This record gives sequence, structure tokens and C-alpha cells, in this order.
Amino acid sequence: MTGPAHTGSYLSDPRVRPMEWLPWVLALVCYFAAPTYLPLGSYILIMILFALSLDLILGYAGIITLGHAAYFGFGAYVAAILAVRVTADPLIGIAVAGISAGLLGWLTGLVILRMRGLTLLMLTLAITSICYEIANKATALTGGADGLGGFNMKPILGLFKFDLFNKTGYLYCLLFLFVAWWLVRRIIYSPFGASLTGIRENVARMHALGSPVYQRLVAVYTISAALAGVAGGLLTHTTEFVGLKVLSFDLSGDLLVMLILGGVGRIYGAFVGPVVYLLAQDSLAKQFPEYWYFGIGLMLVLVVMFARGGILGIVDRLLLRIRRGNT
Amino acid sequence: MTPALETRNLCKHFGALTVAEQINFKLDAGARHALIGPNGAGKTTFVNMLMGGLAPSSGAILLGGVEVTRQSQRQRVKHGLGRTFQINSLFRSLTVVDNVSLAVAERHGVAWGMFRPAGRYRSVVDESMQLLDTLGLLEDAKLSLAALPYGKQRLVEIAIALGMRPKVLLLDEPAAGIPSLESHRILEVLDALPKEIAILIIEHDMDLVFRFARKITVLAQGAVLMEGSPAEVSSDARVRQVYLGERRE
Ligand SMILES: Nc1ncnc2c1ncn2[C@@H]1O[C@H](COP(=O)(O)OP(=O)(O)OP(=O)(O)O)[C@@H](O)[C@H]1O
Ligand SMILES: [Mg+2]
Repeated sequence: MTGPAHTGSYLSDPRVRPMEWLPWVLALVCYFAAPTYLPLGSYILIMILFALSLDLILGYAGIITLGHAAYFGFGAYVAAILAVRVTADPLIGIAVAGISAGLLGWLTGLVILRMRGLTLLMLTLAITSICYEIANKATALTGGADGLGGFNMKPILGLFKFDLFNKTGYLYCLLFLFVAWWLVRRIIYSPFGASLTGIRENVARMHALGSPVYQRLVAVYTISAALAGVAGGLLTHTTEFVGLKVLSFDLSGDLLVMLILGGVGRIYGAFVGPVVYLLAQDSLAKQFPEYWYFGIGLMLVLVVMFARGGILGIVDRLLLRIRRGNT
Repeated sequence: MTPALETRNLCKHFGALTVAEQINFKLDAGARHALIGPNGAGKTTFVNMLMGGLAPSSGAILLGGVEVTRQSQRQRVKHGLGRTFQINSLFRSLTVVDNVSLAVAERHGVAWGMFRPAGRYRSVVDESMQLLDTLGLLEDAKLSLAALPYGKQRLVEIAIALGMRPKVLLLDEPAAGIPSLESHRILEVLDALPKEIAILIIEHDMDLVFRFARKITVLAQGAVLMEGSPAEVSSDARVRQVYLGERRE
């Protein structure tokens, strides 16, 4: 037995398993099979990227946060303001959104990661609230409660135009998600990733064996914030609009629910969670809006009480049972 | 010769409770030194202060003659200090070899590596495996730590500390929780440690203490009661009263 898959272990085999290509194949199949769903599809891809960034700090490093929307929203606003005022080139926009969000993550991380537990949780909340209020009040720059729109993104590399059906936008998001996935996967399988797992499991021991715990946390927090910023930038680019919702507590909460639903600390929980949650929301919330949050709440209780590993945890257990049954 | 480790007037108060009172202590190079004392005497607190997890109220700590009182645990580890915990402090969901590799990777300075898979750091993995081999844990290397029996977990506790290649090793009751029949395994391991390492061992099992230590310090209510050879300590009336006698009751 070598522990669950996708942990930063000195024993795990870092090669990509055949199953790990499945999400990408499915994503491409959707592109051809469901062209009318591509706006929703793009949003799902963006939320997967966002959830992946959260998984890195929450699932691997054990940093509990209710404020990850700060970096997503910051990236989204930076991308929008840049498009309005400086350049509407998408790749430059993503780079700047990612770097700015990473910088914000680094600066805030330096302060808040000295804390742990509930204090840390409150601080992450506070940071999001502050960002929200700034975006709300600085109307000249952000459009305040009306949001910021009215800009048109230039074609990617001057070649691929954003279209109404989001065909380009979908592939654009998919590409960035793929790069982020590759990066996160590398990190998780590295010694750095293993040390993050160590910090999550037993921070006192990590200190005692000479690990620079705080610096490690700041580093991973910065990376995660940058990825969240990229996700935010993608949302701005594909919708050509940004509103206060991207900095809301609701978004941080929804994100957390999606990740827990999919399974925390296993990379692909960040894929499964948003897909299930957002597809369910798309079909159910329209028909039974009054029951949606009740349903989500109930589901969350069930997952937390009976299926700690989320949907992927359940799948793991089923597979294990089938395998045992065969031998 | 400068002692490997030294404290000067080390004090620690928890509110009104004094857990360390003016402790002046010296650990010689290559020492086999035991720290004994009744429950609650302040032994673990002392180790916590030495290691840097707990700040003393006053006094100084010197490692190889260098003052480290204000230094972080990380800095002290770099100076060659390592410890084990009285209550297992391990990475339960990780494999046994990962538990050790985390320490070895820090020491090799490769734990910041973000892009190469951990398993490709052969020198880290090989060294961890070798260490487990010398402790008789090679067959368990790939098991999840939580699957090990308690006695073997205690050995992993030591293995992690050895992965740090400490020059000064603090062992907080390494055999705690193990039936004395099995504790000989721990003693074997301790006996086989390189002579250059200065070792401070906290232990309640007097057989183990007398077999291992060449010098004993007795702590009672946060203060050093006496210090001497095993023979001196075992014949001391005060020690018998506060410690040995009490244990026999
Ligand atoms: N963080 C703390 N806050 C308050 N009191 C503490 C704290 N840590 C330890 N103590 C108290 O300090 C005293 C010494 O504790 P310590 O754990 O150092 O004893 P010990 O000699 O290691 O005992 P044992 O043999 O049982 O391990 C105890 O009375 C304990 O209750
Ligand atoms: Mg103790």
C-alpha cells in the first residue's frame, strides 16, 4: 500500500495515468458535442482552475480559507481595468492578472500565514471583505456596483477572435487549465509538495525537523493566488464584464463547497466538484430555485458526515470493493 | 572543551507555576546523559526550550558555545540539534519512508524543489531506506505509518531524528508506551548510535537509564536536584525520596 494517489510521496509514481487523460478527452468531446453549452462550459473550466488553486493550499498545505475569492476577484478586476485602460490583448491580460494576484497573495500571505486555525480563517474573510469594499467604492476605476464592461478583447495572438458562442473562449480556458493542472501536478509530486503534506499532517514536527514552514506556506499561497488570479482573468475575458460577485463571500463559499463535494487534496476533486455542482445548479436551480440552497446544504452535510473524501472518495471505495470482490 | 549544549539560569513560568528554575546544565561532546525526575518535573518543557519550540522566561541556551536562545527551531537544527517526542509526533497518513524522507530532504536542502518528482531524488530516498534498514524497518518502509504497531512507530520517531544527522540529540522517553520486554530493541538502536553524537535521554525506566547513561541529572519541580554518575545518583538519599522511592510505591 502506498497511500492514496496524487500525494507528494517519495514513493509515488509521477507518470500520468491513462485515467488522467479522461477529463481532457471529455472536455474536447463537449466542445464538439455541445456547442450551445460552451458559455457554461467555459465557466465550469474557470471554476475548475479556481478550485484547483484552492486544493493546492487547502487540500495539500492544509490552509483553511474562506477568502480565496479575493485573488480570483483581484485578477478579474485587474484584467478588466487593463482591458479598458491599457490593452485588450488577452495573453498580456492573463499574465498581468496572474502576477498581480500572486503579488497580492504574497503580501497578504506574509501577514496572515503567521496565524493558524480560526484566526487565519477570519483574516482570509477580512481580506476578501476589504477587496470587496474597495471595488465597491472605487467606482471611477471599477464601476462600483454596476461592474465594469464595455470593452472588447482583442483576438488571441491576433489570430483567434472571441466569438458569441464562446468557442474560442472555451478552448482558451481549457488551455490555461491544462497548463495549471500540469504545474500543480508537478508541484504536488515534488519534494516541496511532500513538505506541504508534512505541514498539513504535523506542523510541529516539520518545525522540529528544521523545515521553514512559514516560508513554504507563503510560497504555496502565492502560487495558489496567482492561479486564482488567472482564473479570474479568464472570467473577465470570456464574459467581457466584471462585477462585484467575483469578490463576494458567496463565491468563496461556493468554491469551498465544490471542492469538498469533489474531494479535497486529490487534484481531481477540483475537476469533479465544479462539474457536478454547476451542472446541477444549471438544471435544478432553474426549476426549483427555492430548494437549491437547501439541496446544497443537505448534500454538504451528507458528504461531510458519510463521505469524507467527497465524490472521488466514494469512487475510490467502490473501486476498492470491486477489486476485493474479484480476488 | 566547550560543551555541546549548555543552559545558563534557564527559567520558565506558566503563570504562577514554575516549571524550570535556574537550570544550569551542560551536555558534553559525545555525552550519554540522562535526565530523570518524577512526572511533571519539567523534563519535556526543558527539551521544548532547548529545541526552540517554547521560549524560556529567562536565561540562555548555548549550542556548541553559540547562543541560540532567540533562534528558531530551523536555525537550531542547522546547528546540529535534533529531538524526538515523548508522544509520537509523526506523519500518520504518509508512508514510513516518507516520514524519514521529509527530514532527510530538509537536511539535503532539496525540499524547496518544485518541479522534479520527489522520487527522483535518489540520494534522499536511498539514505532514508538505509536508515530504516539499520533500524530494522526496511520491510515496513512502504507501509502507511498508521498501519505500524506502536513499538515500530517509536522507532520511526527516532529514525526521523536520525535523518537530521544531529550532533546533539534529545530523546524524550524513547521507550515510552512500549512494554519493557520490547524496549531492548530501542536500547540496541541507541547503543549503536555514532559515538560523536551527544545524547540527552529522558527516561523513566531505570534499567535503561543505568545501562545507557554515564551521567545523570535529576530534575524535581523544575530545579536540578543533583547531578552525577549512575552510582552516585542511585545512592543519593534525596533522589530516592523524590524519585526512586516514589516510583517503587
Ligand atoms: N503549556 C503549558 N501551560 C501550562 N502548564 C504547562 C504547560 N506545559 C507543561 N505544563 C506543566 O508543567 C509541568 C511540567 O510538565 P512537563 O511535561 O515538562 O513534565 P515532564 O517532566 O516531562 O513529565 P512526564 O514525566 O510526565 O513527561 C507540569 O505540571 C505541566 O502540567
Ligand atoms: Mg515529559
